[in-house]
Amino acid sequence: MATDLSPVWLSLETSITATVITLVLGTAAAVWRAHRRGIGPALIDGVFLLPLVLPPTVVGFILLVIFGRNGPLGRLLLRFGATVVFSWPATVIAAAVVSFPLMYLSVRAALEQLDPALLQAGRTLGASEWGIFRRIALPLAWPGILAGTILAFARALGEFGATLMLAGSIPGKTETIPIAIYISVEAGEIHQAVVWSLIDVAISLAMIVGMYYWTHLQNPRAQAAHR
Amino acid sequence: MPLEVHFEKKLPSYTLSADFSATEEPLAILGPSGSGKSMTLRCIAGLERPDYGTIKLNRRTLFDSHQRIDVPARHREVGLLFQHYALFPHLNVAENIAFGMKAPADADRGARVRRLLSEVHLEGLEHRLPRELSGGEQQRVALARALAIEPQALLLDEPLSALDTYLRSKVEQQLILALVQFRRPALYVTHTMEEAYRIAPKILVLSKGKVAAFGSREQIFRHPPTLDVALLTGLKNFSRARVVSAGKIEATDWNCVLSCDADVSARPAFIGIRAHHIRFATSFDEANSPNAFPCWLVRTSEAPFRVTVYLRLHSPEGEHHHLQAEIAKENWFQFKDQPQPWRVLLPPKDILVLPS
Repeated sequence: MATDLSPVWLSLETSITATVITLVLGTAAAVWRAHRRGIGPALIDGVFLLPLVLPPTVVGFILLVIFGRNGPLGRLLLRFGATVVFSWPATVIAAAVVSFPLMYLSVRAALEQLDPALLQAGRTLGASEWGIFRRIALPLAWPGILAGTILAFARALGEFGATLMLAGSIPGKTETIPIAIYISVEAGEIHQAVVWSLIDVAISLAMIVGMYYWTHLQNPRAQAAHR
Repeated sequence: MPLEVHFEKKLPSYTLSADFSATEEPLAILGPSGSGKSMTLRCIAGLERPDYGTIKLNRRTLFDSHQRIDVPARHREVGLLFQHYALFPHLNVAENIAFGMKAPADADRGARVRRLLSEVHLEGLEHRLPRELSGGEQQRVALARALAIEPQALLLDEPLSALDTYLRSKVEQQLILALVQFRRPALYVTHTMEEAYRIAPKILVLSKGKVAAFGSREQIFRHPPTLDVALLTGLKNFSRARVVSAGKIEATDWNCVLSCDADVSARPAFIGIRAHHIRFATSFDEANSPNAFPCWLVRTSEAPFRVTVYLRLHSPEGEHHHLQAEIAKENWFQFKDQPQPWRVLLPPKDILVLPS
């Protein structure tokens, strides 16, 4: 039985970091997009949702092109002495990109379901746009944001294809649980694969249960609503 | 005038041109649905932008297309009461009311919330959530919330329409009191003429985005300037008209010549008479007066205390009615069994003359 638990810590660090990034960027994109009409926003929508419909290997390949030595971002980073490909940040980038559409869609749906009269009431009562977002939109869209966070975390935790393309499978550096499972199976170490899989299931369940209770502690009124 | 509104805004089916002013007493805005009433309020509150014109409140310019002034809604100090109240569902009553208050001191804020709650008779409900309140209570919370910002003007968008009839008259009386105490411009949008009349001494009638009438309520109900306004104020009987001679006018749809006290020199296109002004001749003199005509009963429609009777003039043959009259039930029981034809009387002083 292997004692190297580094894939577990790597997976957790990667998924949590990617989820936080997605939470911020996905929410910002959803706020920008909600209630906006026209061709421009619709085209940008296409770009936002592409990682959801493309095979992860294609996403990984595109990221490899962008962040590679000759890619636009890769060259820029190289000027500062940084390379992304086959490093830990690459696992975060891959996980964040593939989980972004789930966060974006959930938050956008939640924001678009808000009664516009509530936001307008906030305006006539003297609240700034930021105040309206913080005091009205955010608390009311909270269930959607939470759902998006759980989905994004689950997607980030399970990310395989794009990660393998962009970050490779360097043990202790970029080898996350899904990649470790693949390598174990390929090497015929079925017991090892089962252990990793069970750990993955436990993390996922713990995350969902934890999120559920945390929001209910945070928001006693949600409890009242269920009574 | 404290509130001066002169603007135009192009809407999908017509151009809204709002052109009126308001004093410190309530002004009712009456019009059928889709006449631009709510849009007018939303433009004044700053939630919609007019195409051009000006909006001034207490000599402060809120909007001026020429000078490119468009004060954002949050700086307008205009309270808006939404049709469905738009209470924040995640905040309790006290938090809803305090939402727009600027006072930083918590104690002061709490005291002000309690004072507002007692003004709208909701003491003790501070910690309820909106969904735990009845419709009438929600409406009063919304009023208290709008008043909490100490607005320079109050706009009410059909505030009673979401309430059932029983609650409506009770809440209406409370609203009338609140508006009297407010002593600043208050615009009250409604599509119910009786509500408009009870709420405000002055009425603005909107029809397809245009100001169809603007004046004291008595003036508008007694001398509606157009047929549209007359219908909005509840006129049930009208006919195309042709002037025969001074004081004599032919109602072509009713096939009779009527005397009327109103001036007909402007050659009115329509004449009308309100349902409650129609009477039945009770004496020989009345039965033979120039505005009395033989009539037959087509059908009736009974309310608890009044009866609406649909009458056909000149002959009993035919399906449709010419006139509808509203009479108290006691009177109805007195003559309903008398032989027809009856003699219907259209008093000359009650004949409305209306331009096209």
